[in-house]
Amino acid sequence: MPDTLTRFIFGRLTWDSLPLHEPIVVATFVAVALGGIALFGVITYFKLWGYLWREWFTSVDHKKIGIMYMVLGLVMLLRGFSDAIMMRLQQAIAFNGSEGYLNSHHYDQIFTAHGVIMIFFVAMPFVTGLMNFVVPLQIGARDVSFPFLNNFSFWMTVGGAILVMASLFVGEFARTGWLAYPPLSGIGYSPDVGVDYYIWALQVAGVGTTLSGINLICTIIKMRAPGLTMMRMPVFTWTSLCTNVLIVASFPVLTAVLSLLALDRYVGTNFFTNDFGGNPMMYVNLIWIWGHPEVYILILPLFGVFSEVTSTFSGKRLFGYTSMVYATVVITILSYLVWLHHFFTMGSGASVNSFFGITTMIISIPTGAKIFNWLFTMYRGRIRFELPMMWTMAFMLTFVVGGMTGVLLAVPPADFVLHNSLFLIAHFHNVIIGGVLFGLFAGIAYWWPKAFGFKLDPFWGKVSFWCWVVGFWFAFMPLYILGLMGVTRRMRVFDDPSLQIWFVIAAFGAVLIAAGIAAFLIQIFVSIRKREALTDPTGDPWDGRTLEWSTSSPPPAYNFAFTPVVRDNDAWWDMKKAGYVRPLSGFKPIHMPSNTGTGVILAAFSVALGFGLIWYIWWLAALSFVCLIATAIGHTFNYHRDFHIPAAEVTQTEEARTTLLAAQG
Amino acid sequence: MDSSATTAGTGPVFHLEEEHAHAEGSSTMLGFWLYLMSDCLIFAMLFAAYGVLGGNYAAGPAPKDLFDLDLVAVNTTILLLSSITYGFAMLTMDKGRVAATQAWLAVTGLFGLAFLSIELYEFAHMIHEGATPQRSAFLSSFFTLVGTHGLHVTFGTVWLVTLMTQVSRFGLTEANRRRLMCLSMFWHFLDVVWIGVFTFVYLMGMLR
Repeated sequence: MPDTLTRFIFGRLTWDSLPLHEPIVVATFVAVALGGIALFGVITYFKLWGYLWREWFTSVDHKKIGIMYMVLGLVMLLRGFSDAIMMRLQQAIAFNGSEGYLNSHHYDQIFTAHGVIMIFFVAMPFVTGLMNFVVPLQIGARDVSFPFLNNFSFWMTVGGAILVMASLFVGEFARTGWLAYPPLSGIGYSPDVGVDYYIWALQVAGVGTTLSGINLICTIIKMRAPGLTMMRMPVFTWTSLCTNVLIVASFPVLTAVLSLLALDRYVGTNFFTNDFGGNPMMYVNLIWIWGHPEVYILILPLFGVFSEVTSTFSGKRLFGYTSMVYATVVITILSYLVWLHHFFTMGSGASVNSFFGITTMIISIPTGAKIFNWLFTMYRGRIRFELPMMWTMAFMLTFVVGGMTGVLLAVPPADFVLHNSLFLIAHFHNVIIGGVLFGLFAGIAYWWPKAFGFKLDPFWGKVSFWCWVVGFWFAFMPLYILGLMGVTRRMRVFDDPSLQIWFVIAAFGAVLIAAGIAAFLIQIFVSIRKREALTDPTGDPWDGRTLEWSTSSPPPAYNFAFTPVVRDNDAWWDMKKAGYVRPLSGFKPIHMPSNTGTGVILAAFSVALGFGLIWYIWWLAALSFVCLIATAIGHTFNYHRDFHIPAAEVTQTEEARTTLLAAQG
Repeated sequence: MDSSATTAGTGPVFHLEEEHAHAEGSSTMLGFWLYLMSDCLIFAMLFAAYGVLGGNYAAGPAPKDLFDLDLVAVNTTILLLSSITYGFAMLTMDKGRVAATQAWLAVTGLFGLAFLSIELYEFAHMIHEGATPQRSAFLSSFFTLVGTHGLHVTFGTVWLVTLMTQVSRFGLTEANRRRLMCLSMFWHFLDVVWIGVFTFVYLMGMLR
């Protein structure tokens, strides 16, 4: 009987589930545990828990939520990069009969986790964080449309990240590749918890992403300042709008397809099985109907960043604003018409492959138009080579190469040769690192002074920049060559010793990127230490053009003492040119949303629900589901979700800024 | 309070003097529409899956062997009637009549429960005959599509009860009216989805 009881309480979770036989994982666990205990101790010692809870975790302020998203993305970047450099090391040494240092069970988890983490828990939080922080400021709003939902969305993303991290130490992660194609991901071939971790981590995070997409669409449609017509919106706001449309129109597809996979695994249905009429290729179709828009979800906001940066640091209005907006919209639409190019080799026939090959090639037209717009913006501009501009230049040089290899892959016959080869790996890292990541670094360097009131240290920023850019070229150009030679992806050991040199070069590149990440962390640390010297009391350190630079740095909780009235595309530039005088009196009480801990609690129950489902601990799953619903319903009984910041407090805040500005002369 | 900030009437206006009112809940209807459209995509996926797999009987039972159209017609009628009664609830809400609103909501909820009961009976009957979700890809996609709709009706009913409680405690306040409006959209949306289910799954299934 005790055996049945144990199974009831713990499901399939046993002592054997802990990967104690994997020394690398044990060492990682010890390091993470010690680090975690140290962090916990420091927070407790300085009595910061109350502060963190009141001012951050329960905050509904879009700026704080944006910053928390960025912190999440940065932490997960370290995890995702650890996976990357482990793979690079393995592939650089596993020659001439050597097995390397990773067994296949562990290696397969690493390449899966690397992909999942980098897309869902690095790129997505970074992009969402940037949009959250910047968009309301750019449109002259006080917050997003649904501030509580924003907090809830963030914590659901964290919940997904917690489940992925838990899989490292309790059980295992999927060994299927980042999209978990069946029948490999079915219960027959993956009976363990790995795929279940994958499913529930993405489902929990996916709820957050979808809701955050709805929230930001509403914010941009409904909360714009007077005068800010659609065709006056800053390009970053435009690209954010299109990205969030893509999110709302594609993440439900992911939710649905993962639910069907979960049904196959838990209930024994036959959607994607080989038996009883199931169709595994339907999974591949469905997941790429989400997956292709997803890559534009990642890149579009960064196109916005590059637009803001280029025009600011060239001291010119953006060239071709209208064409930029239409190019963004066209990319948004076309991104739904290309998904099949991910599996030309499925065998759907020449006509279908031609259609998707041509639509794929057409996407390069609006993208190319954007590149030319940026170039023409720089043409005859007074370019200042500050860090954000350097990242933008590196992006243009790198991304164009990635785009061209993409067009090459879009040719179906060429794809039959290159499908699943390292050429493909080089291509998408070329656009994701060269586009998304470089853009994020540009955006971070650009808006950091707005968020914290001081600039980032330029020296360490440039060290990071050169390590990253050079490291990227070293790490991925060899993969193009290897791919052209026919080397496939996800290999653990190699037979042909002549290939080794290219993998060694790639590993060297990864080490340079590691140095780039280290320099970035040092840059943040040094900048915080030197914040007095790097301070920017003006709120407008780059001679900016859009509304976020019109308020103080960091902006007050209410963003703008008075709602701005917009007369031009570059609203703040126009205000500066037209002799804007900052109002010093007449402040009114400001209506603001109240903080709430419900988001944290709901996300915690969701994690417990996911954990229960993963380990077949049915009582835990049922209990947390009931608690989830009860908490959500209980929350709706709270009708007092807002308060007014008294006029006196607004006056005090604004006068403090007046003093600060006066001290500057 | 002076007006030096804007040099009213003479120079350009850079900001509003008065607090710019985004009325509470002014984005709610748009937000809820967007949510419904995202939910609609989930149903679109399930319809697509049914479209692909609906003919894969795997030598098991086909729609003709399983569906009882009379029963489904009754169920469809019940759900359509519940949409009408919800409409009456909204009309009485507009007139501010709390008791009548509550009564119509209760009728709607009862129709919802009746719909669910008949659906559960239908499912139980099918499973009893060996037509389980595991039997074939057709049945997997059938149970998932129809069951997801049923799950939505279940949540709608829980939501309905919650709102009735809130109306009885706090009256037809601005916030409660907004919430009833959202549930109204949700309820009618489920009706529209059901028409799709009735047409594509049941009626066209009988023609296969």
